[in-house]
Amino acid sequence: MKPPPFDYHAPRSLGEALDALAEAGEHGKVLAGGQSLIPMLNMRLAAPAHLVDINRLSELATLDVGPDGVRVGALARHAQVERSERVAAVQPLLREALRLVAHPVIRNRGTVVGSLAHADPAAELPAVLALLGGSVRLARPGVTRDVPAADFFVGPLESAVESGELAVSAFFPALLPRSGTAFREVARRHGDYALAGIAALVRLDDDLRITSATVACVSVGPVPVVVDVTAACGHRPPATADWASAAWAVQDRVDPETDIHATADYRRHLTGVLAEQALRDAAREATGA
Amino acid sequence: MSTKLFGEPVQRREDPRLLTGQGRYVDDLGAGALEVAFVRSPHAHARIRDIDVSDALDVEGLVAIYTWEDLPTLLAQPLPLLIPHPALTHGRTAYPLARDVVRHVGEPVVMVVARDRYLAEDVCALIQVDYELLKPVVGVEEAAQSAQLVHEDVPDNVGAHLIQEVPSADGLDARELIETAPHTLTFRLDIERSASMPLEGRGVYARWDADDRSLRVYSSTQTSTSVRMAIAAKLGLPLPKVEVIAPDVGGGFGVKIVHPWPEEVLVPWAAMLLGHEVKWTEDRREHFVSSAHERAQVQFVRVGFDDDGRVLGLDVNILHDHGAYTPYGIIVPIITSTQLLGPYKIGAYRVEFSSIYTNTVQVTPYRGAGRPQGVFCMERTMDHIAEYLGADRTAVREINFIQPDEFPYDQGLIFQDGRPLIYDSGDYPESLRLLKELIGWDGFPALKAQAAAEGRRIGLGIGCYVEGTGVGPYEGGHVQITSDGRVHVSTGLTSQGQGHETVFAQIAAAELGVPMERVSVVTGDTRRFGYAVGTFASRAAVMSGNAIALACRKVREKALRIAAEALEADPRDLEIIDGEVRVVGSPGASIPLATVAVLSNPLRYAFDSETARATQFAGASSFDRPPVEAGEEPGLEGRDYYSPIRSTFASGMHAAIVETDSLTAEIRILRYAVVHDCGNLINPMIVEGQIHGGVAQGVGGALYERMVYDDHGQLLNASFMDFLMPYATEIPSIETAHLETPSPLNPLGIKGAGEAGVIPGSAVIASAIEDAEGIRIDKMPISPSELFDLRRAATG
Repeated sequence: MKPPPFDYHAPRSLGEALDALAEAGEHGKVLAGGQSLIPMLNMRLAAPAHLVDINRLSELATLDVGPDGVRVGALARHAQVERSERVAAVQPLLREALRLVAHPVIRNRGTVVGSLAHADPAAELPAVLALLGGSVRLARPGVTRDVPAADFFVGPLESAVESGELAVSAFFPALLPRSGTAFREVARRHGDYALAGIAALVRLDDDLRITSATVACVSVGPVPVVVDVTAACGHRPPATADWASAAWAVQDRVDPETDIHATADYRRHLTGVLAEQALRDAAREATGA
Repeated sequence: MSTKLFGEPVQRREDPRLLTGQGRYVDDLGAGALEVAFVRSPHAHARIRDIDVSDALDVEGLVAIYTWEDLPTLLAQPLPLLIPHPALTHGRTAYPLARDVVRHVGEPVVMVVARDRYLAEDVCALIQVDYELLKPVVGVEEAAQSAQLVHEDVPDNVGAHLIQEVPSADGLDARELIETAPHTLTFRLDIERSASMPLEGRGVYARWDADDRSLRVYSSTQTSTSVRMAIAAKLGLPLPKVEVIAPDVGGGFGVKIVHPWPEEVLVPWAAMLLGHEVKWTEDRREHFVSSAHERAQVQFVRVGFDDDGRVLGLDVNILHDHGAYTPYGIIVPIITSTQLLGPYKIGAYRVEFSSIYTNTVQVTPYRGAGRPQGVFCMERTMDHIAEYLGADRTAVREINFIQPDEFPYDQGLIFQDGRPLIYDSGDYPESLRLLKELIGWDGFPALKAQAAAEGRRIGLGIGCYVEGTGVGPYEGGHVQITSDGRVHVSTGLTSQGQGHETVFAQIAAAELGVPMERVSVVTGDTRRFGYAVGTFASRAAVMSGNAIALACRKVREKALRIAAEALEADPRDLEIIDGEVRVVGSPGASIPLATVAVLSNPLRYAFDSETARATQFAGASSFDRPPVEAGEEPGLEGRDYYSPIRSTFASGMHAAIVETDSLTAEIRILRYAVVHDCGNLINPMIVEGQIHGGVAQGVGGALYERMVYDDHGQLLNASFMDFLMPYATEIPSIETAHLETPSPLNPLGIKGAGEAGVIPGSAVIASAIEDAEGIRIDKMPISPSELFDLRRAATG
């Protein structure tokens, strides 16, 4: 379990990093927190000829919190985002989801943007970005583009990041008034990738009736599966909403697979159970907001 | 015991070193060594047609590539079969490097030596092995029925077959008694594979001294003395020219008792051949596919019992999955068959097992070593009887218990050590009483009803076991007191983090009457002690602990004799306190042990102050007697061995309360209680630590760990991402109570404690889930997904 040979680049600035990546093209890979990449290298599942280490780019270790939302720089660690009170005040779902990401030592090293770029459908952060309708900013020398979450996750471990591009930041929209979020998941062990998980967002109108209810599902499709269940809930106050119908609507939309840890049927069942729980929790949050 | 050290919760003296990164494991040694990597078979069953290394030869830093054809005659043989048994009619072991056929994924085929491990792996990736694929045999039932053979010359894939029968007191056999019993039950049980997962994998580092023609080998092993003998034999070296040292070892759990591993002979061979230090460090993937697994069995059970639940006859037929080879004999199924009886006296017993070859990693003992399967069988049987009769589960157990006045109790079987299975001591009714009190057995129905009213499902489970520990044939201890007053203790068996440095020092300090700080302990170093068996079968404290105590008693006796002469007193009037020999009742009359050590040696160069001072005690020399009397030795040292007539039997009972989520089917352990009896406790804190670690492994085996093979014999979860060992977050806090029923078999009255915690894990958790769900749990481990399936099947 030692990686095959590669050229190691340690750029000192974003410009240098983008140049190195542009030159490496499809043979380049970005090393940030390394929590997925290093094991893949060691098991020789990935064999990039060039590794561009961005850990010296302190200019990317940013956390910009504004009324509209949170922009997380490529070198902001999970722990930094998780512990930020300002982030929690603007978008509490980030902290709730991050606490389910692996373990503290991994969160001290792993990065939020790295997790998004890795695009694992079993990971929490892609579901959060998808649910909130956030975006990822990609850069190459002289060109920057923002890709909305709906277009960013292409398939399992496949994102819209192209050869030679660097994901420099991600934007998570703020939680609006009379809105609530929740994250529920079932994992085999604490901190494992979820067998199934649900991020939920519920908005109420001034009369405290549900105007919008959406969930993003983890581990039950090639990418985070976003389902709008507003109609199923009915335009009603949370106390009389038809959560069971909403859960069925979610179950109908997912296409889980059987693996060594759980059957597809069990994952579908869990998705329904967790959707109902997460929607109720989110609605409760919204009522208090 | 002259001081209170024995029985005290003394802090582990190895911890500061091990917990602050100061440990010295094999991979911490030999920074300049060449490193080894192996090309291992990617196929479960294949014939090697050709090995082409031409692409690999250009890699800079490559030193050597070896295949089976390069091996000298002694190494080109199959590896030794340890512990043969008449029932093992078709024992098979692997070649150090595959000769023609590979029989499991991970079998070593080519050995590469290079400047470092990175380069060695690069070379491995460039070596082309041409395989002719053969049909793999996977799954123990499939293998037992398959026309396909793992070994061409082993019909029906049966390596061993053994039937043991214990008739009832009036001479009836189990099958007759079951036929005529008032009630009978028949069922099937399944246990899946798990494995020892030490944090440190295996590792070997060899240094050949060309001038001295000697070899020093460091191995992460549970038996350095036997590895030494194997290396000397396989490399044709005189035994005194081979030293083997087990440095700090990061866990073993059984897998490192197997010896010699291919790497343990290949790495020293390469070091000799190349005239350079060579090292191999196993990585995690190698550990999964190239070491050993355990546990997998299918059991067919038939039991006959009376209206009170008294077992009249028990008939168990076991299919034991042995993987591709049997290097460690059939110890595991033998232990399952014999230890299955637990604390019970069964009317008549019949047990039959078949050890079946499959194209998977070989099976050798893993902590518990066949006992968890046996206990699962017996405890499931007890629960099923209770359910059938509508009786309390503890009542059924109690009525079958061996009573305290029935020891020694002969179970009528032959145990793993080849000796009669005779329990030396125990108090099972008291153990059960303590457990019921600890877990609140009698109050549980009310608790369960209350939980049900809140919409929660909770269940209570129980499991009892007896564990043969301190297996022979012997261990030895050596103790030397030097003229600086230090006490040097050594024993040949090895340590893997259990705390031997602490407990052996406690024993020596207590026996000799010296402060513990003066005692140092060395284990597993053949330079210090040449004869030993190894660390397994919960034997270290019993075997080496008693040997060290006996060696200390020899030294003490000699010290008192010499001191008596110097103090002009009777040895019987002397005591040793705090490292000083004193005349009882005359505090002024004393002599330090350091001085006694000087006096013990007629050669007294004044190298240190103690030696200079000691001359004042030198008695008048007698010219007609030699300075060292016949039968005496210079120095204050002693060596002794402990060799028991048979194993000593520890026991315990566990109970757990679990909650199963009615919606998600998640299983959570709310409480876990242990009553444990390993005789006299040397260090209760270390015993509790052993129990905690064992329970954690038991929980792993019950709820998380399994080796998932597909039909092609590929292990699908050969990494810590997919092989789920429980984290601290999955382990409940463990409540323990101790019972101390001393063993009459050894001087210290102790029994082994190393494996106890893991043994009843699957039985207890299955029992608790069954209680919570009202669904039969006869297959372990169980995941939430499987519980979900069982619920659906139960409700149609």
